[in-house]
Amino acid sequence: MTYSDWLRADRLPHIYCAGCGNGTVINCTLSAVDRMGWKKEETVFVSGIGCSSRAPGYIMTDSLHTTHGRALAFATGIKMANPDLHVIVFTGDGDLAAIGGNHFIHACRRNIDLTVVCMNNQIYGMTGGQGSPTTPYGALSTTTPYGSQEPAFDLCELASAAGANFVSRWTSFHVKELTRSIHEGLKIPGFSFIEALVQCPTNYGRRNRFRQVMDQVEYFKTHGILVQKAHRLRDEGLPIPADAILLGDLIRRDRPAMGVRR
Amino acid sequence: MQGNTACAEGALAAGCRFFGGYPITPSTEIAEHMAAKLPKVGGVFIQMEDEIAGIASVIGASWTGARAMTATSGPGFSLMMENIGFAVMTETPCVLVNIQRGGPSTGQPTMSAQADMLQCRFGSHGDYSIIALSPASVQEMFELTVKAFNLAERFRVPAFLMADEIIGHMRERIEIPDSVPREERKPLTAGALPFRAGEDMIPGFPQFGKGYGVHVTGLTHDERGYPCATSPSLHEDLVKRLVAKVESARHDIADYRVANPDAEVVFITYGSPARTVEQVLHDNPDERIGHLRFRLVWPFSEKALEEFPDAKVFLVPEQNLGQMAREIERHTCIPVVPLPRFGGALHTPAELKKAVEAWR
Ligand SMILES: Cc1ncc(C[n+]2csc(CCOP(=O)(O)OP(=O)(O)O)c2C)c(N)n1
Ligand code: SF4
Ligand SMILES: [Mg+2]
Repeated sequence: MTYSDWLRADRLPHIYCAGCGNGTVINCTLSAVDRMGWKKEETVFVSGIGCSSRAPGYIMTDSLHTTHGRALAFATGIKMANPDLHVIVFTGDGDLAAIGGNHFIHACRRNIDLTVVCMNNQIYGMTGGQGSPTTPYGALSTTTPYGSQEPAFDLCELASAAGANFVSRWTSFHVKELTRSIHEGLKIPGFSFIEALVQCPTNYGRRNRFRQVMDQVEYFKTHGILVQKAHRLRDEGLPIPADAILLGDLIRRDRPAMGVRR
Repeated sequence: MQGNTACAEGALAAGCRFFGGYPITPSTEIAEHMAAKLPKVGGVFIQMEDEIAGIASVIGASWTGARAMTATSGPGFSLMMENIGFAVMTETPCVLVNIQRGGPSTGQPTMSAQADMLQCRFGSHGDYSIIALSPASVQEMFELTVKAFNLAERFRVPAFLMADEIIGHMRERIEIPDSVPREERKPLTAGALPFRAGEDMIPGFPQFGKGYGVHVTGLTHDERGYPCATSPSLHEDLVKRLVAKVESARHDIADYRVANPDAEVVFITYGSPARTVEQVLHDNPDERIGHLRFRLVWPFSEKALEEFPDAKVFLVPEQNLGQMAREIERHTCIPVVPLPRFGGALHTPAELKKAVEAWR
């Protein structure tokens, strides 16, 4: 791993629980950044609040760990004021889609040149497992003790509808694919959104019948279905399983973007 | 020129190159003027989706080294509170303008007030200190905006221009100087810890993109900038320093005007009520009526009160129920009499004159 010198070694060990999926996403992201050949001094990581948002603190670049939900608004200021900086945002499902939902749709609409990696564990990890906007219908959390009665957000559909140039979804099982898509996102001017479904054994898995860490990773593997395959099934009039997780690059386009390096 | 335009011109003269905000009466002219002017000087104007995003974008821009500002009024000011605390905790220089209107809530969008003076000082959670200036003329909208930028840069704190609607919308002739004083934020010495402060309690600024590799967080952090949120002594030391770097400079940066220092009955003002007091003094030339007018309101310099050794009462006309009067009361043994007049009605010279006579 050539990118290990991007890690802030003097801050280790990290706060993540054993078996947490966030570390995988950090690795994939740094690997993608490394492929870009970017220098540390021209790269900035920004985040909000949550387990996922702690990631920038473990990376050796300039980084801004902001307030809950607001990372994209801070990142917008950084990127607009200095488009020469490469700005990458780490966020969580609660951070991005609940308290930060408005900033999310507007950052997509502006198509500002950021790469946003959302670690979607379908739960509020940091605060002990409350329901989030992506908690699946019927899933258990500390605030949905009888099963969530709210329909969940599809973050990628949201980003696509709001105007992001690049939208992709993978999981912590799909390390190579996730890395490749983050790399694509870094290359594409405009707003790139990569959703990474991750296991949170501590606050999601153990309440939702994933007794072992690997049970949920296995679930990602068996339930993931490539977007191309989903389209083929649809075209052939065949059913797509209701619990399928649509994977792959979902949108790639060239809308006018803001804050692109001059 | 209109007060709000003078504020925007002051910001441009001070080198402001980033404005992020959201429109709200009676501050909108500042955003509009910046939208027209900033692109012409290589700056960035961005209308954000709300005031939370406005102040967030300003803080982000500031970390790239830009002088950055936002402008708002009551409802937007309330939305900014969490990120104001973030700017304090991360020691981010930034300027916030509040053209105050009647509250609470949507209140009186077009009427003047001074009712956010305590919110500006205490509105975000936790203990902290900030700098706030209050202009009483269009000329001061220009001058004190420049000053707000310089103080924000020097102390690495949010600096507020707490104007009221009257001053924001008033039109007066002003003089714009060829150049204005400019203080730079002190850069971080190479190799130094990013949040270690020297004698002045203000650490050097590790601008993003310069290779410092700094981690900036709103969590309680050590001198490396690393989160450490469970040590009582570390937290106490950090918060005490953040407060002390501003409060210990309060006499140094004090900015006020004195009229008739031998007076026994003394008005204390800031912002537009000062104009009415000046009218009273103009109509009744009488050395027994004094006037202390604060241009810099926070940190409050209690030494200013000593300019009036013979004072037997302080009369405090404000467009609120007595917000700064409370602060003055803490620092003196003589009576402090709030003279509230708000809702958009102004103090009249006659009523202020009457207030003086009650103390004769
Ligand atoms: C304004 C505000 N409200 C609430 C919180 C408490 N809080 C901290 S993290 C969090 C949820 C984080 O969930 P998510 O973004 O999904 O991150 P995860 O921990 O799951 O990675 C909440 C509600 C806060 N810090 N700030
Ligand atoms: S609570 Fe969940 S998301 Fe947070 S570190 Fe533990 S496993 Fe990871
Ligand atoms: Mg989460």
